[in-house]
Amino acid sequence: MSPQTANTYAHPEGDLTPEVNYINATKGIKSWLLTLDHKRIGIMYLGTILSFFLVGGLIAMGIRAELFTPEGDLFTAATYNKMFTLHGAIMVFLVLVPAIPASIGNFILPLMLGQKDVAFPKLNLASFWIYIFGAGFLVFTLINGGVDTGWTFYTPYSSDHASGSVVLTLTGAFILGFSSILTGLNFIVTIHKMRAPGQTWRKLPLMLWALYATSVIQVLATPVIAITLFLLIFERILQIGIFDPSMGGDPVLFQHFFWFYSHPVVYVMVLPAFGVISETISVHSRKHIFGYMAIAGSSVTIAAVGFLIWGHHMFLSGQSELQGAIFSFLTFGVAVPTAIKNFSWIATLWKGSIRWNTVMFYTLGFIWIFLIGGLTGLFLATMATDVHLHDTYFVVAHFHYVMMGGTLFALITAIHHWWPKMTGKMFNETIGKITFWLAFIGYNLTFFPQFVAGTQGMPRRYHQYVPEFEVWMQASTIGSFIFGLSLFIMLGYLIHSLFKGVKAPHNPWGAVSLEWETATPPIEHNFHGLPVCTKGPYDFDEIEEVA
Amino acid sequence: MNANEGGAAANADRNPYLAHHFMDKFQQDDAVKMGMWLFLVQELLFFGGLFMAYISMRFYYPETFLQEAMAHLDWRLGAINTIALLTSSLTMALAVRAAQQGKQKQLVPLLAVTAVLAVVFMGIKYFEYSHKIHDGLMPGIFYAGESLSAVEAVNHAPQIFFSVYFMMTGVHGLHVLIGIGLIGYLMWRATKGELNEDNYSFVDNVGLYWHLVDLIWIFLFPLLYLVK
Repeated sequence: MSPQTANTYAHPEGDLTPEVNYINATKGIKSWLLTLDHKRIGIMYLGTILSFFLVGGLIAMGIRAELFTPEGDLFTAATYNKMFTLHGAIMVFLVLVPAIPASIGNFILPLMLGQKDVAFPKLNLASFWIYIFGAGFLVFTLINGGVDTGWTFYTPYSSDHASGSVVLTLTGAFILGFSSILTGLNFIVTIHKMRAPGQTWRKLPLMLWALYATSVIQVLATPVIAITLFLLIFERILQIGIFDPSMGGDPVLFQHFFWFYSHPVVYVMVLPAFGVISETISVHSRKHIFGYMAIAGSSVTIAAVGFLIWGHHMFLSGQSELQGAIFSFLTFGVAVPTAIKNFSWIATLWKGSIRWNTVMFYTLGFIWIFLIGGLTGLFLATMATDVHLHDTYFVVAHFHYVMMGGTLFALITAIHHWWPKMTGKMFNETIGKITFWLAFIGYNLTFFPQFVAGTQGMPRRYHQYVPEFEVWMQASTIGSFIFGLSLFIMLGYLIHSLFKGVKAPHNPWGAVSLEWETATPPIEHNFHGLPVCTKGPYDFDEIEEVA
Repeated sequence: MNANEGGAAANADRNPYLAHHFMDKFQQDDAVKMGMWLFLVQELLFFGGLFMAYISMRFYYPETFLQEAMAHLDWRLGAINTIALLTSSLTMALAVRAAQQGKQKQLVPLLAVTAVLAVVFMGIKYFEYSHKIHDGLMPGIFYAGESLSAVEAVNHAPQIFFSVYFMMTGVHGLHVLIGIGLIGYLMWRATKGELNEDNYSFVDNVGLYWHLVDLIWIFLFPLLYLVK
């Protein structure tokens, strides 16, 4: 295998840590806010998403504080309802959906493809501003009395009875959908039409396969929630009666509409996370990824099967038992590609040269947490057990394990892995590793007790509970504060690294995908000329030396 | 192949319509076209929700849909609108062809005819809407029409037919209005000579959009006007 030595992208001498890079190429706030540079847009997305994560997180802290005691002593029941609604809406629509694709994805996708930008840079900027516009509605809801429907907006409560700014929230979520669609559209076209010469589909980094599958879901599923929210807005204003039973409509139809989007969208949240882990586990164990085509194919399979299983959210909605059985069966089906990924990651570690650094810690933390999240999903996919577990804390714990433990841990992994490339600085490994243990322990202490409380029958969304559950709820609250603290420490050492961090070399991890070929931080147009891709994204130099 | 050198050499006589991050015009046109098709896919799914609502409601209230549609929707007006939109799709297709071949003299008139036909469509829609509003045939709580049968009055169904009717034709009408705006913008660009055989992607894409708007109407017309 002699010709596959290196990607033929030769740097002009001394160009790997350039004086002029994308961060300081132009100055002024306007040069950021109106930029067409995918890297700056990615950074702006990251900053905004993390800000909303802080807002949603602080609300979550409030919820946990309330649940420290069985009595409803901190907030009134009405306030509590608004808090979990806004926590859900902010975390789902403003944080989890765009978390990895719009921020990290935006930054690295064109770099991984050896391109100067995404296919439609103006659309990319528009998508960011649509996101900000939609977010504005949700923020306005927050200060305008809030909303208490739960993030699922089930009818007829949302259309007839709920007080507060339901229409504002719906409009915000409606607008945010377009941002999501446009990002997905942009990514699909970029991956299809703009790859570096020599970069075949089989040489795409798995991150890009994951982003591709994600984008397909965004384009196909988001318009359905758009029309659903659109109809619900009119239901609320004009009572058109399509979803409202008192006007002759069908509330179960709303649930079908809603979950047709909202189930696939959990894969919008988690597929990019799989992509991140596929990258980091291979790079930091210095080993070619095990089962490249299996992982790539399973991303696409998950995207496809993900469209057929929305009914498992509705086992108790009154849909027919046959329907429920089919949805249950198909839901088990989606566990197969997910398991393929997990086994492939573990197999990648086997006999690898594992680096025990912060990125690897978070990668393994992700696998541990996602394993628990995934397996408990099977309990809920089984109709008989779901009857018992539905609407309990078991469900809350399950989706926090997959969404927060999955997507958020992967986002943290991604931030650490690409931090040198994005900022040109290295963070402190020691404090990074210590913080990981704090986050990992705090996280599991928060959500694992909720599985127990759930199996014992503690219902979700209650602001008072019977004293029997107190011990589990207190453990959970203590865990959540430890986890919150760890995130603030992380924010601290990352910001510290911006000012005092060691200057990063252009390829600190020795990765071979194209984004590490360019300078650190990248120059404004990413590459001088066009790089040519001659080897796969996981053909590390060490492997060839051994061979 | 060394794309490095190729890129630098091509810079001198670079097509002014070629964006900096594309290798060549072929790649750019290809990307733009694919982007538009994906946009149309999401449009289809957006309307898909409306069609699903129609299917469900018609399944629940088949008699109402039949009676209300026969009594209050005039298939002749619907047919005129269908002809108007189909013809406008033809002139739009001819406009795309004119742009591709650089026939500037044909481009603007063809676009103008397309826009006029779209305005005709909206005019008839306005006439239909105001007639229904006058009769109180409104969606939801605003429904004030006379029930055609006693059963209907009990299960609230007539208002649901008009909810579905107004939502479907309303969202479609909004797309027609956007289309008129886009065609107007194309005419403005065309009079400045900016749309030609080197730069016709935009005409092409508005054309695709317009055909989709037309296509959706082809389904709305029988579902709403020709229910039997």
